[in-house]
Amino acid sequence: MKFNAGRVTSRVWMGAVFVFLYLPILTLIVLSFNGSPMVTSWGGWSLRWYEALSKDAEIISGAKLSVEIAFLTACGSVVLGTLAALALSRFKRFPGRTLFAGMVNSPLVMPEVIIGLSLLLMLVSVQRTFGFPDRGLMTIWFGHTLLGMAYATVVVQSRLQEMSPQLEEAAQDLGCRPWQVFFLVTLPLISQAIGSAWLLTFTLSLDDVVLSAFLSGPGSTTMPIVIFSRARLGLSPSVNTVATLTVLVVSVGVVLASLWIARAERKRAQEMSAAFRGAGA
Amino acid sequence: MNTAATPTSVLYNKLTGVWGRNVVIGIPLAFLLAFFLLPFLVVFKISVSEMDNVVFKDLIIWSDGILQLKVKLGNYIFIAQDDLYFKTYISSLKFAGITTAICLLIAYPFAYFMARSPADKRPALLMLVMLPFWTSFLLRVYAWKMLLADNGVFNNVAMQIGLISEPLKMMNTPFSLVLGMVYTYLPFMILPLYANLVKMDLRLLEAALDLGATPWQTFWRITVPLSKSGIIAGSMLVFIPCVGEFVIPELLGGPQTLMIGRVLWDEFFSNNDWPMAATVAVVMVLLIIVPLALFNKYQAESTAGGRR
Repeated sequence: MKFNAGRVTSRVWMGAVFVFLYLPILTLIVLSFNGSPMVTSWGGWSLRWYEALSKDAEIISGAKLSVEIAFLTACGSVVLGTLAALALSRFKRFPGRTLFAGMVNSPLVMPEVIIGLSLLLMLVSVQRTFGFPDRGLMTIWFGHTLLGMAYATVVVQSRLQEMSPQLEEAAQDLGCRPWQVFFLVTLPLISQAIGSAWLLTFTLSLDDVVLSAFLSGPGSTTMPIVIFSRARLGLSPSVNTVATLTVLVVSVGVVLASLWIARAERKRAQEMSAAFRGAGA
Repeated sequence: MNTAATPTSVLYNKLTGVWGRNVVIGIPLAFLLAFFLLPFLVVFKISVSEMDNVVFKDLIIWSDGILQLKVKLGNYIFIAQDDLYFKTYISSLKFAGITTAICLLIAYPFAYFMARSPADKRPALLMLVMLPFWTSFLLRVYAWKMLLADNGVFNNVAMQIGLISEPLKMMNTPFSLVLGMVYTYLPFMILPLYANLVKMDLRLLEAALDLGATPWQTFWRITVPLSKSGIIAGSMLVFIPCVGEFVIPELLGGPQTLMIGRVLWDEFFSNNDWPMAATVAVVMVLLIIVPLALFNKYQAESTAGGRR
């Protein structure tokens, strides 16, 4: 009897949290098909806001720039994050390790206004001295990559830690040079983690407002900046359609990617156990 | 046969190893020094420098054979004496604290139930927690604006079914601010707690129960202390960014919800007072430095002890 009461509590609690998490998203989606000019009062199903969106030059050019920055950010973050993760998990002792680890992890929690402001003030000082870089795509990339690198490091590092050190040691014993060990053994084993880190940093960059607002210049307005400035003024139906499309693309992408990752993991686990069985026999 | 070759190959391995090691550490380190540490030093410098039109004067001046260090503490004195800044810092810490506490109250049971659910269901549950995190944070915060506004979804529905006769004021209040922050940061609390609780050795709980502890005692005296690191990590992941949060107070907050992130933004974008914005940022860093150190310590421990 007691056991059942526990199960009911657990179901209700989890259900309530999921409603809380998903209610706003569902509202965005449903109201994007609203026919009424008032955003929050229902006026029947319609696609009028999607039609308006297709002519919305500001959002479309913002979206293009955002995707471009997100792509570059994801690539940069994954490279830097993988290196940082390797440094932290494979070299237990080197001068400045604590500072290094602190600098990698801090952007995860540091308020974005601080990161944005400090990065901008530094870039302005550099710009005044050397005449470059002008505010735009590149300066936004610096900020997003700093943030993305922190997330990528966490994702890749946790994978590296689960990995059995024997595999790398075996490769080294068999005569692989360090870079061969990395490219032939380590990299294939962490490729799924790198894949998820890439996706995560891509979506983070696609969504960022604060860093972009500090680091963007004239003519480099990203989509979140456009959405944010409209949302500040009040409720805007165009935002709902953008939201619905984003949610659609992201959820399909994430679900497909994680199914693929899960399958690859299973396959790898099977291969590994087969290999160990073969070695034992 | 191989013994003759071994010393050279070891030496070779070591040589490339050192070179490789320097590259692996050096590239991310250089990036972080240039784009994380250096900017902080610049901000600190600007917060104490005199502004001459649009140029910041150098802190150290060589004149008449005397090395002068010119430091302007005016901005710090201004912040210390101005009541509004003080109130805003306190109120930011207060709202961040309330948000953290509510997140913990919701997330702990949730993560606990999730960790005790059948193993084959956990990946799906984890996915459901992660999915909102992957979809745009800005758009999800905006969605609450639609739900909570005076003519928003909640008020419309409640009025239609006759629950209330006039709209409840929910938007731009402390309520909407805290709700938005709890909503946004809840997954950051759930994930470290879940990661911690799912690894817990259930035999310890059985042992406690066998020795006569009630389930409640077992929970408070075994489960909670063992999940301490998860609680700290989750709390810091919520508390620190909340202190300086800007987007949520801007979209959901109101006149009663003073937040320092908005003050910094306004000093920079509206007043164009860069030294003041820099000073506000430096003081904010001082406020979160202890939680930040705590967070870094946890991160270092959790990753160092990862290999079993």
